Amino acid sequence: MAKKKFVVGCFDDEAVLFPAVKKVRTAGYKIHDVYTPFAVHGLDHALGLRETSLHTAGFIYGVTGTTTALSCISWIFTKDWPLNIGGKPHFALPAWVPITFELTVLFAAVGMVLTFCYLCQLAPFVKKHHFHARATDDLFVMVIECTDKTNTEDLKGFLVANGAIETDIQIAEEGWWLGHYDKDEMRFEAKQTVAA
Amino acid sequence: MHLKYESQLREPLVYGDKNYHQVTEDIVRPIEAKPTRLWYIGFYIAVCLLLFGVYAIYRDVTYGIGQWNLNKTVGWGWDITNFVWWVGIGHAGTLISAILLLFRQGWRTGVNRAAEAMTIFAVMCAGQFPIWHMGRVWMAFFVLPYPNSRGPLWVNFNSPLLWDVFAISTYFTVSLLFWYSGLLPDFATIRDRAFTKLRKRLYGVAAFGWTGSTKHWQRHESLSLVLAGLSTPLVLSVHTIVSFDFATSVIPGWHTTIFPPYFVAGAIFSGFAMVQTLMLMIRKIFSMEDYITVGHIEAMNKVIVLTGSIVGVAYLTELFMGWYSQNKYEGYTFWYSRANLFSPYGWSYWGMMACNVLSPQIFWFRKMRRNLFVTFFMSIIVNIGMWFERFVIIVTSLYRDYLPSSWSVYYSPTIWEIGFYAGTFGLFFTCFFLFAKYFPVIAIAEIKYVLKTTGEGYKGRMDTIEGEKLESFVHEHAH
Repeated sequence: MAKKKFVVGCFDDEAVLFPAVKKVRTAGYKIHDVYTPFAVHGLDHALGLRETSLHTAGFIYGVTGTTTALSCISWIFTKDWPLNIGGKPHFALPAWVPITFELTVLFAAVGMVLTFCYLCQLAPFVKKHHFHARATDDLFVMVIECTDKTNTEDLKGFLVANGAIETDIQIAEEGWWLGHYDKDEMRFEAKQTVAA
Repeated sequence: MHLKYESQLREPLVYGDKNYHQVTEDIVRPIEAKPTRLWYIGFYIAVCLLLFGVYAIYRDVTYGIGQWNLNKTVGWGWDITNFVWWVGIGHAGTLISAILLLFRQGWRTGVNRAAEAMTIFAVMCAGQFPIWHMGRVWMAFFVLPYPNSRGPLWVNFNSPLLWDVFAISTYFTVSLLFWYSGLLPDFATIRDRAFTKLRKRLYGVAAFGWTGSTKHWQRHESLSLVLAGLSTPLVLSVHTIVSFDFATSVIPGWHTTIFPPYFVAGAIFSGFAMVQTLMLMIRKIFSMEDYITVGHIEAMNKVIVLTGSIVGVAYLTELFMGWYSQNKYEGYTFWYSRANLFSPYGWSYWGMMACNVLSPQIFWFRKMRRNLFVTFFMSIIVNIGMWFERFVIIVTSLYRDYLPSSWSVYYSPTIWEIGFYAGTFGLFFTCFFLFAKYFPVIAIAEIKYVLKTTGEGYKGRMDTIEGEKLESFVHEHAH
């Protein structure tokens, strides 16, 4: 797999990180990702990431659960094996509310968690490239993708000027991040050819 | 600089002037250190209880549940009492992790992880009772609806007992997913600072390769919020459905429309009591006083006095309806079998009243709410009281049925019924001790998230900023 070069800048305060993100993006660098020890609200917007659609997926899973429950129970109790329970109607919708609800929740929750794991490529035994061990402790690690033209020393200086306490250059393989990495790369190259 | 501001009137949720790294250190320390003697003793006792429970269950399966003292009249005794009690205990965990998340209650961050763990272990314990109560437990899978060679003979979807199967299993699954998804970032924290190969490997597997990417955090936030939104009606539905086990029957004392809200309030009440018991132990054993503060304890005591009072109103409403309905069977159950102190089980009713309604009223006093000894004592009292409640509901409604010749004046459990209950305590505490040793008992990432808003050190500095602003404001405008 092709290897890529990244410049890594570490920040120890989210209040310094935000202006730095803005400046780095304005300067035209491509921020690959920012690794943070906790969910920093607003950082996704600062990085220009789109809203996640995970909740929409959750809704679809939930509706699937509802229809599964209702169709299964109604088929079982009216067609497959109509049971006479105290002379009550076979199609006893109110009595099915609890199970329908439970299955809605179950499908939505399980489906969402699996989708979450798939989208983020999280699973047991998965190994990813970690740019800094303290990214899960107390550092906010900004990773900038380099092109052939990037002057890494300049970029490092730029990061330090914007409050980075530690900078570094790392080579990482493409395969460590599954997802839409390749598509982004294509778009970037296309832009270059247009400019030329 | 502060990204958010919180009023100075609110107590800090994290004491001490800590930075992010210090938070990691404090919470991960017990995992990286050798367990204390206290931990070994507790774990040993828990495992002994568990083994006794396993033996009791072994006997149940070998000799049948006839070795319990149940009879044709009192068909549900300690087993279902314990089932409802354990399920109820689980509810506080979900309330803290889900409902308080939706209500944006910052104090949930200190206690949610351990409370959710409690939920999962409590539901595991609860599940034992209906399963082993089946007697021929090797046919337990008959409760699952699947195309089978018996017809196919399906389960009864109109039965509250089947609703329970779905409710409890869904509750367990969703709680587990919610809990584990929250644990991923914290496992990654432990993995990245591990200094032994084994620990790095094990926590690496457990962390699923979490990196802390912004996109992942964004999805993680969305996931937590939706799971909280799903868990909130779920937790209410679970105890509602448990109450339907009783309320849809025609037994006087069970056939009551107030059961769902009454059961849910009772569940939260007993659950918070158990959370208090566990939190006071954790903060002592692992010296987490900075994270599980007296403010947390007080907030939970407020919930206890509120839900305890709701339960009290429910008891009184039942008594009132027993009279107002002018139904002699209802009246007999409520006014003779329960409220009459000199009836065979009157002691359990008044024990319940004393533990659940009267004694929690001391939490109206701030001094009592913030007193750790009182809180610990009360948490035990409330748990006993809530056990009595379920016992009262089940046994006093059953032991005198419509036919006096089948009245069963005294039902008392055998050692194997008690042993089974003790065994679930063993299971619960074995799991809890392992959790406390190997899992981060406080949500590290969530504490870091609120640290700069509610940490004592940061709040202190904010005070001076606020003061300066106020002074300059007065200086400029109050001419």
